[in-house]
Amino acid sequence: MTATATRPQGAAPPATGGKRAPKRERQGAAWVFLSPWVLGAAVLTLLPMAVSLYLSFTDYDMFDAPQWIGFRNYTQMFTEDPRYWRSVVTTLTYVVIAVPLQLAMALAVAIALKSVKRGKGFYRSAFYAPSLLGASMSIALVWRAIFNDGGSVDNLLSGMGIDIGGWINKPGWAILSVALLTIWQFGAPMVIFLAGLQQIPVELYEAAAVDGASWWRQFRSITIPMLSPVLFFNLVLQMIQAFQVFTPAFAVSAGKGGPADSTLVYTLYLYDRGFTASHMGYASAMAWVLLLAIGVVTAVLFRTSRAWVFYANDTNEGGR
Amino acid sequence: MTTAPISTAPAGPAARRRPAGRIALHACLIAVLLVMLYPLAWLLATSFKPADEVIASLKLLPSHFEWSNYSTALDGVNEVSVGRLLWNSLLIACGAVLGNVISCSLAAYAFARLRFRMRGPLFAFMIATIMLPHHAILIPQYIIFNQLGMVNTYWPMILPKFLATDAFFVFLIVQFMRGLPRELEEAARIDGCGPFRSFFSVILPLTRPALITTAIFTFIWTWNDFFTQLIYLFEPEKFTLTLALRSFVDASSQSAFGPMFAMSVFALLPIVLFFLAFQRFLVEGMASSGLKG
Repeated sequence: MTATATRPQGAAPPATGGKRAPKRERQGAAWVFLSPWVLGAAVLTLLPMAVSLYLSFTDYDMFDAPQWIGFRNYTQMFTEDPRYWRSVVTTLTYVVIAVPLQLAMALAVAIALKSVKRGKGFYRSAFYAPSLLGASMSIALVWRAIFNDGGSVDNLLSGMGIDIGGWINKPGWAILSVALLTIWQFGAPMVIFLAGLQQIPVELYEAAAVDGASWWRQFRSITIPMLSPVLFFNLVLQMIQAFQVFTPAFAVSAGKGGPADSTLVYTLYLYDRGFTASHMGYASAMAWVLLLAIGVVTAVLFRTSRAWVFYANDTNEGGR
Repeated sequence: MTTAPISTAPAGPAARRRPAGRIALHACLIAVLLVMLYPLAWLLATSFKPADEVIASLKLLPSHFEWSNYSTALDGVNEVSVGRLLWNSLLIACGAVLGNVISCSLAAYAFARLRFRMRGPLFAFMIATIMLPHHAILIPQYIIFNQLGMVNTYWPMILPKFLATDAFFVFLIVQFMRGLPRELEEAARIDGCGPFRSFFSVILPLTRPALITTAIFTFIWTWNDFFTQLIYLFEPEKFTLTLALRSFVDASSQSAFGPMFAMSVFALLPIVLFFLAFQRFLVEGMASSGLKG
């Protein structure tokens, strides 16, 4: 903290113009340190991006040379492929349900944990554990079993007189079970929230309490504004991840996206087009639309963040 | 690092509640926790259940422990033993850890502590790749590895890690290195250290917490990764545990449930052990990734 606080991020360190020889030498050294990354960025990121953009305008099956077909993949995607739109709607539904609920859960538990003194470390770790385990195929299989017909969730609900049956066989409910798996992994954003909450100066709450502010008032006027950068960070990160959900949808539907394409999330359909049907050009076009969509959503979030994200750095950073 | 001693400070209005409030709070937290831990308990219990109890019985605990589930699971799938699958998973995960720790710390040192032309734009590009969906580069990467004859080997899972393609970890280590006082290197320079000496002897040892976090997260994420392995590996001999579980995805017969979840336990065990051993690094690493941005 001490070192970063005095020097704004990204700004150049104090000018060393007075010294002569070492400067160029250190430039060279920097590139040596950077060389693996540069190689990776060029060969495994930039080049593939260019190639996939090119492929998205071709018909390519991995065996014959790519055939240039212009915008055909894109027009087919948008106008002639109902399964594509199905995957878009499914993914959006999932994102809109899973991300806000996951963050709300994370924030609620973080706020509860903030005032806990005894056993805080235990709670923190226990709530965090699903975030690490949940990405695995093992847990996805558990999910499929407990949300299946006759599984624990079905039993519990019918015991309460709610008769849904197995979620994973019901279009509409199946994607909800995938969303619940994501919400279950609220530990990672929770830990970040908790760390953010602990950075809020206690004096703010004390002053507010002296002024007679209610809990809700303090939450609205202190906690949320002071936490907004962290909230924003979590929102962007979880959103980007949610757009790319794959494993649980694959497991719940045995890799097929069923029932009735109701769990055919975007990446599952992309995998299906590219690697099962060998339409690499089409899959590349899908990948580029996903890239643009994530770019647009992130840009919109950044744009709106100016209105609600409050950075306290200007007011209280100097003293630390 | 130099945050106020949080644990002793009154933390908001809730801390001043009466004991009854505190007990209610703990009760709520424990209730939520029990619901959350249910799927894990279910997994463990089911791995010991005899076939007829998996769905017929509503009890969590099996009537008797069916150890044969585990011996069946040990035999593996497609005539590949669990030992072999475990070894394959380990090989990939350890290769990835080694690659990420080496390459990400090198790149992070350049970004955090050295000056060079283009640093700003390159850093911005590096940050942008954190947000880049994997799928945008997936197919050409596949074609590249296919051309190199590396499909159905472990190289597509390991090689990119040696080229610092996991920008998230570069960022994590950069954030950590920025917190180290600059005087360290100045002192080292006066003692005659070049950038390489001061990286290896001064900065790297101090960065150990961030490196450990990187190593553990890389291990767990690589171990759990399904998509990449699904695409690149097709020979059962080469399968990882995660991939082998896939063959159960199609099988819906209840008789396979016990062994399937026994195998799932094998697949989760390393993560659980890692988590228990390193939870402090994991939780703190996650917490700091969102804060000092």
